[in-house]
Amino acid sequence: MLVQIATSAAILGTVSEAEAQHVHHETAAAAAKPAAYKAKAFTAAEEKNLRVLLELACPGSASKGGAFEFIDLLSSNNDELKAIFTGGLAWVDNDCEKRFGNSNGFAALKPEEQTKFLDLIAYRENFAQDSTLGPGIKFFDWARRMAVDAYYTSPAGIKELGYKGNKGMSEFKVPKASMDYAMRGMSE
Amino acid sequence: MPQVIRSPKVHDVVVIGSGAGGGTVTKVLADMGVKVTLMEAGPMLNPAKDYKEHMWPFQVPHRGAGDDARFYFGNPYPFGYFLAPNGYWQIPGEPYTTGPDSKFMWFRSRILGGRTNHYGRITLRFADYDFKPYSTDGLGDDWPITYEDIAPYYDKAEEFIGVTGTKEGIRSAPDGIFQPCPPPRAHERRMQVACKTLGIPCIPSRLAIITKNHNGRAACHYCGQCGRGCITASNYSSSQVQIMPAMKTGNVTLMTGAMARELITDASGKVVAVSYIDKATRTERQIRCRTVVLAASALESTRLLLNSKSARHRDGLANGSGVVGKYLTDSVGFSMRAHVPALQGMPIYDSDGMGGMHVYVPWWEWAKKNKDFPRGYHIEIGGGFGMPSIGGFTGVCSRNQGYGEKLKNAIKADYGTWVGLAGRGEMIPNEGTYAEIDPNVVDQYGIPVLKFHFKWTDHEYKMVDHMERTFKAMLEGIGGTVQVTPGDAKKKISLGGEIIHELGTVRMGNDPNKSALNKYCQAHEVKNLFVADAAPFVSNPDKNPTLTICALAWRTSEYLAEEMRKGNV
Repeated sequence: MLVQIATSAAILGTVSEAEAQHVHHETAAAAAKPAAYKAKAFTAAEEKNLRVLLELACPGSASKGGAFEFIDLLSSNNDELKAIFTGGLAWVDNDCEKRFGNSNGFAALKPEEQTKFLDLIAYRENFAQDSTLGPGIKFFDWARRMAVDAYYTSPAGIKELGYKGNKGMSEFKVPKASMDYAMRGMSE
Repeated sequence: MPQVIRSPKVHDVVVIGSGAGGGTVTKVLADMGVKVTLMEAGPMLNPAKDYKEHMWPFQVPHRGAGDDARFYFGNPYPFGYFLAPNGYWQIPGEPYTTGPDSKFMWFRSRILGGRTNHYGRITLRFADYDFKPYSTDGLGDDWPITYEDIAPYYDKAEEFIGVTGTKEGIRSAPDGIFQPCPPPRAHERRMQVACKTLGIPCIPSRLAIITKNHNGRAACHYCGQCGRGCITASNYSSSQVQIMPAMKTGNVTLMTGAMARELITDASGKVVAVSYIDKATRTERQIRCRTVVLAASALESTRLLLNSKSARHRDGLANGSGVVGKYLTDSVGFSMRAHVPALQGMPIYDSDGMGGMHVYVPWWEWAKKNKDFPRGYHIEIGGGFGMPSIGGFTGVCSRNQGYGEKLKNAIKADYGTWVGLAGRGEMIPNEGTYAEIDPNVVDQYGIPVLKFHFKWTDHEYKMVDHMERTFKAMLEGIGGTVQVTPGDAKKKISLGGEIIHELGTVRMGNDPNKSALNKYCQAHEVKNLFVADAAPFVSNPDKNPTLTICALAWRTSEYLAEEMRKGNV
């Protein structure tokens, strides 16, 4: 499975957005299978659904960024956070059943159904057209925020973002290419 | 209270508090061969264990959010989980209160070195005119000392602790003894050019960081994490730079976990003992002293004096003038950020550098007439490719929404494209701003706590308006997109205490009826009592107080040693 994820990541640069989305669904499915980790705050079903949701919200967050474990740890020590996630996941399951007639949870939806559903709850303005989406939009805001936090504070995410520091240096210098770029349009 | 344990030994100098003031007094006196007993309310510091320098967020499972998710629920670690210990806005069991309609925040640090373990290292001399505020514009009071009186001690302090900078010849930012300053970061260079167009100076920073090996300390390695505490002691902290070396002289006795409660005086009015709580045993103890130096922070020193009441000192010790607790000020704070599209796509580089900006803007309109507010401010510049942290992406997620690769691309495009400005200006003391003892509340040790009253006036609000106009021009000057927050300055100004430059509550002066301390920071009424933190300051200029705390404490220490030698104290 690790090999598959690595391959998927490698080809992302050359594929279309639709194809990339398909790859993400594969990765999401991979992320949905917990390895040796034992969840502290969530049931097995909740874990499965949350892993897939996180991976779609921020690709790499569940598979490489430890996002599920991060949220699980914090939820196990904070009832308010736990309720946000258990409540949100239950709402998602319930709403998905209404929309797609599938009562097996978000992770069991077809990839195109997952995409369709995320297109609804990932944007605040959809609330104006459909006020029943309120709880989902609010929940996804939390899931996205924490998926992103987890991913970009993980080794994989830090590398992808490109942060080059935290190592110290004997002399501070700005590379010429960066300085020249930053000074475009500024006349001294 | 149980039986008080009194030790028979008389300590020559008891210093209460181990921050910039207490650290300087300890170092200077120990070097002169004077025996010092240093009392700290917090624990000993072990930099190798206590500092989180170089730690990645993924090295803790909660990534800096706290196991209890506090980061996400409005009660985060102040300045982040990775900050050096032990600074808090609220300490369990040690409350403070505020008067009606007053908001005030009090940042306290209980550990060897106090707030110098994590402060911003900004190290600025006051200007000549800063010591003559009343003579300059008729507001506040003049100091009992001049720039010439303190300049030799600025020299000593800068030379010893190590400060970056360049000689600029600007009256509002007097030159000192400087270590080389590293070059500007890319966005800082861009800002320097924009400032030049606006006629605003933007010069190399003056930070208490050594860029060359100095006094056995290694030069800065440019990791940008000064706030986490520096394991190589390449920045100034009183704990590592002053106290730990001073302890090697054999002249320093360190008492940790000792929370001073009260100063005990004899019939002649002199301090004869310090009463304190030994936290480990929860017992009250007293140590006898020949002299005492308060350096507990401006407000803790104030609290200690006000709580040292006796039949002879009904309003607290050294307070015949009634000024103790009055003239409280903090710096005026205001900040603004902008997205700078021109920086998008810049080849990412290691912009860590020194912990803090490499260039800053000193006040530039000191000679201008017809301003609609008194005094001035300096400007700090933030930006660059910082270490990713939780919460660092909330803004970009909120602006972009969505999910997947598209969201990630937005996050990557946004990285390193923000530049922020923060102003730090001078507040004029006013009658509505002061500290007093709350008659109804004590802390967990039974010590009465402080109650704060705080008000800004139009002087400060108009300064914030000026900051807002200036910052907008500067940020637009580098091509930034500024969204000015609606509302007036009253909504945008910092809260009292928030900038952590609270001071002035045990002021010095030549007139014993209008001040608590003389020009050497010796109490007018109690000859063996000195104050060596920011409490003696007569005004709160737009230059962060730490260097002046060190310089004044150095001067007071030399005076104290000489008075002891002469047998006067």
